[in-house]
Amino acid sequence: MISEILNMNGYGLYVWSSFMFTLLSFGTLYFVTKIQLNKELRNFEAKFKNLDIDKAEIAKKQEIYRGILSSTSTSKI
Amino acid sequence: MLNYFNPSNTLKVINKLQKFIFALFIAVLILGLFEALVLSPEDYKQSDSVRIMYVHVPAAWISVGIFSVISILSFGILIFKNKNFILISKSLAPSGFVFNIIALVTGSIWGKPTWGTWWAWDARITSMLLLAVFYLMFMLSWKIFEDEKKSIKLSSYIAIFGLINVPIIKFSVDWWSTLHQPSSINVFKETTIHSTMLMPLGIMTAAFALFSILIFLMKYHTELLKIKNKGLDRL
Repeated sequence: MISEILNMNGYGLYVWSSFMFTLLSFGTLYFVTKIQLNKELRNFEAKFKNLDIDKAEIAKKQEIYRGILSSTSTSKI
Repeated sequence: MLNYFNPSNTLKVINKLQKFIFALFIAVLILGLFEALVLSPEDYKQSDSVRIMYVHVPAAWISVGIFSVISILSFGILIFKNKNFILISKSLAPSGFVFNIIALVTGSIWGKPTWGTWWAWDARITSMLLLAVFYLMFMLSWKIFEDEKKSIKLSSYIAIFGLINVPIIKFSVDWWSTLHQPSSINVFKETTIHSTMLMPLGIMTAAFALFSILIFLMKYHTELLKIKNKGLDRL
């Protein structure tokens, strides 16, 4: 059964290489995108920490910044 | 109601959606792979090589679909100067390009046992290669110029010009004598593919669509963060 699936009537090399290439492309795209997202999140957190008290207060009052600060859970995907 | 659409809520919704779509994508992909590699029957002519269709066809469909959306949004960008359309277009392009490359590579692999060649300058294959060039130019247009306005204009023109290629891809098999067979799945005419093959094809298409949505959400989130990072610099 397993050797039949692997051999695919002599087309195994073509079929498996197609599926492997697809999954490898998916994995690469996913991890590259995730790395870029995490880098921007880290940049944001670092910049936010370096703000002086007044500017940090202004930023905290803005909904969008509160949203980003509470959104760091994306890195757990 | 209006509060639901504010940017901070958008980020919360994106976060929740990312997790949900990631889980759904994995589940649908596993089911699709099992159907495509184990349960679906071999073809009477192409034997087991027909299974390449389950990755080749969804990748081609989605890459063409994504480019069409980018082109339509580009009209909106030029006419209405809508900034959200710019973000959406930029976030869609990478997954569209990767799907385009998957369609080309798996098509080439499928071509060897079926036609006896890895590559032919056939109308469908050439127009798909041209689509990859348009994708590449679209993405590069954001890297070339430092002036964002120039990038927006150039990328929009590329996407709109590239839209001419979309019907060529679709109808190339009808207009010219090509190695590709005419489409087996039709909306307005009878579908000639058997249900035992249509089912895995549908599941794999759903999995690919979910993956493109996942990548889109992650890229969109990244683009929003880039804007907000610039905003922090200006505070």
